[in-house]
Amino acid sequence: MTDLEAFQKDVRGWLDANCPKEMRDGAGGEENICWGGRRWKFKSEAQKIWLERMAAKGWTVPAWPKEYGGGGLSKDEVKILKDELRKMKMRSPLESFGIWMLGPALLKYGTHEQKAMFLPPIARGEIRWCQGYSEPNAGSDLASLQTKCEDKGDHWLVNGQKIWTSYADESDWIFVLVRTDPKAAKHDGISFILIDMTAKGVSTKPIKLISGKSPFCETFFDDVKVPKEHGPGINAIVGTMNRGWDVAKYLLTHEREMIGAGGGGLMGGRGIGEMAAQQVGLDDRGRLADPMLRAKVAQAEVDGWAFLLTMERLKDESKAGQGMGAKSSMLKYYGTEFNKRRFELFMDASGSEALEWEGERTEDGKLAKGWLRTKANSIEGGTSEVQLNIISKRILELPDA
Amino acid sequence: MPLILNEEQEMLKESARGFLEEKAPVSALRKLRDERSEEGFSRALWKEMAEMGWAGILVEEAHGGSGFGFVGAGVLAEEMGRTLTASPFLSTSILAATALNKYASEAAKDEYLPKIASADVVIALAVDESRKHGPANIAMKAEKSGNGFRLSGAKTFVADGHVADKIIVAARTAGAAGEEGGISLFLVDMKAKGVSRERTIMVDSRNAARVNFDNVAVTGEDLIGEIDNGYMALDGVLSAGRAGLAAELSGSAQQAFEMTTRYLKERTQFGKVIGSFQALQHRAAHLYCEIELVKSVTLKALQDLDNAFGMASVTCALAKAKAGEVAKLASQEAVQMHGGIGMTDEYDIGLFMKRIRVAQEMFGDNAYHADRIARLRGY
Repeated sequence: MTDLEAFQKDVRGWLDANCPKEMRDGAGGEENICWGGRRWKFKSEAQKIWLERMAAKGWTVPAWPKEYGGGGLSKDEVKILKDELRKMKMRSPLESFGIWMLGPALLKYGTHEQKAMFLPPIARGEIRWCQGYSEPNAGSDLASLQTKCEDKGDHWLVNGQKIWTSYADESDWIFVLVRTDPKAAKHDGISFILIDMTAKGVSTKPIKLISGKSPFCETFFDDVKVPKEHGPGINAIVGTMNRGWDVAKYLLTHEREMIGAGGGGLMGGRGIGEMAAQQVGLDDRGRLADPMLRAKVAQAEVDGWAFLLTMERLKDESKAGQGMGAKSSMLKYYGTEFNKRRFELFMDASGSEALEWEGERTEDGKLAKGWLRTKANSIEGGTSEVQLNIISKRILELPDA
Repeated sequence: MPLILNEEQEMLKESARGFLEEKAPVSALRKLRDERSEEGFSRALWKEMAEMGWAGILVEEAHGGSGFGFVGAGVLAEEMGRTLTASPFLSTSILAATALNKYASEAAKDEYLPKIASADVVIALAVDESRKHGPANIAMKAEKSGNGFRLSGAKTFVADGHVADKIIVAARTAGAAGEEGGISLFLVDMKAKGVSRERTIMVDSRNAARVNFDNVAVTGEDLIGEIDNGYMALDGVLSAGRAGLAAELSGSAQQAFEMTTRYLKERTQFGKVIGSFQALQHRAAHLYCEIELVKSVTLKALQDLDNAFGMASVTCALAKAKAGEVAKLASQEAVQMHGGIGMTDEYDIGLFMKRIRVAQEMFGDNAYHADRIARLRGY
């Protein structure tokens, strides 16, 4: 037996012995996610036990080093763990922006002291983080952000407003892009700072979307005093002062790869043709009864399938050491545009029935809300147009205007 | 299996590119066209390709080939798509070699596979009888006569039909046009009594023909695959052809796109390089993404042919559907973005538009294959 095979056997045995049976229903979906944090209320005792056991093992963040609360596993071992969890239909013990975004940023740009203070509580699900990037006047042009961060000797003074902060109203800490040098060129005066949201002057306000309730908030900073150090030798700023754009760019690429890898919601989703056949019915030759819709659906399925294969190919190239680089922008662009197209076809196939916004028949307009929500896919995390700019410049090397 | 080329395949690709750029660039096709070449391809070049193992890319070493498999064949087709190289590669090395490998008798394999590998025979495939592809619509008759059959009917859009020594013909031994059952494949000598051909000069300056069969006698030994049950075999051969064409289209699309982005960086208007205009940048970036999708579906189809030949039909359809559509888009965007010069015969981009139009039509266009996929998926 190879080391990896032995590891797989151990993993399987441990998971089987430790995962409560309520956590083995393969349930995904927003309402089943365990986000953690100071204010987190566990949905069940099983959810709590599952998190505690996995965290003790370091397997909420299996790839992170052990000294920071991780499992210290190799890439191959992480893959085995994830495969086993999926095979046994076990729920993820913990998800969070700390795991997805801040953790990778700290691991790459943080000091040992910062990692030691902030990473273990993320791994244990004790502190929930949110991301303060966009501002009302800094969307696609993120680097024009204006949230002020002034040096007041022993502390920073932060003033400004962030928008589209997911789950700000439920989070404990926020990582924020702020302007520390207003005189520098716009990419050069930005810093990446960590702020405790219980600090005086931080407030949040939820945003309702065209699709209804959303996790998005506005976050306000009014004369917020941020200590220069969150503890002895623990700098509030991550990475080099005024070089926060490097951290931001790294995380944006990371985010795009994640959105891409999710395939804009393509994975495991119902086929468009299958759904349309159910809604519209088939003619006596077994074809979708609406021929014009059928043609559009067939074209979309060809493109969707081709896109899935492209994600597979890029992943394989990445593993073979060719890296993904700016190609993550392609996945982001194509995947999100495709997902919008997919939901338009779902709506076309479902007709007036899917337009009922309230009531049991439509589960309170579930499809319609999903359809409207997809419109944000090609805006959040960098618009489609921004992705096309990145492809033009970084891959095709076309000149600036 | 990872969706990437292995080292051996990468090396084949590199050496193919070097060879084709030197020996068979686009100007070679232009020359064949302008000289109104009788044969429409260079025999000497074809022989050289055979020496490198290309003609026998699908032929096992026991029969004198290089046995590289479908991914290898696709690598070559893609590179030939970049240079628009005219050769009997598709007809003989992909279609005929697949028909013989997978469905012919040992005697037929022993006789023809070595000749394919050494470029001593050109074998064409005759399927279509009308303007749109549809193998089930075959009406051509193969009527029982003594111990054999008599073939009567007309075939069109036969790649390399006018230079072929042999031709694999799909004809009806039973059933009626529109049915999948009742089709059989025969290997016919082009010199047989009753066979006549008309070279059709095509928009892409490549070889094709209409072939007539007037009461042509064949025997049971000329049969490839099972009598009346040839549809499955035909689909297998066509799948190989579709994947090969998808690879060729992928190469042509990539080349046209690279020529276009190069031009965008050179051409100046309004005092600026036109590639700095966002209106063009976004179109180019979108096309880049579409071409990346084509690379993925094409490689997947070729790998499926190598790993699970009998199951590959649907990914070959996917590849042909996507590659045809995107290559068309690539050629249209190429001409538009080149502007006036793209319309001139002197500039190569038009030759890409012409070849892509023909290759995407052959063995089913995007609509044909998207419809097939819809049916296979139950709607």
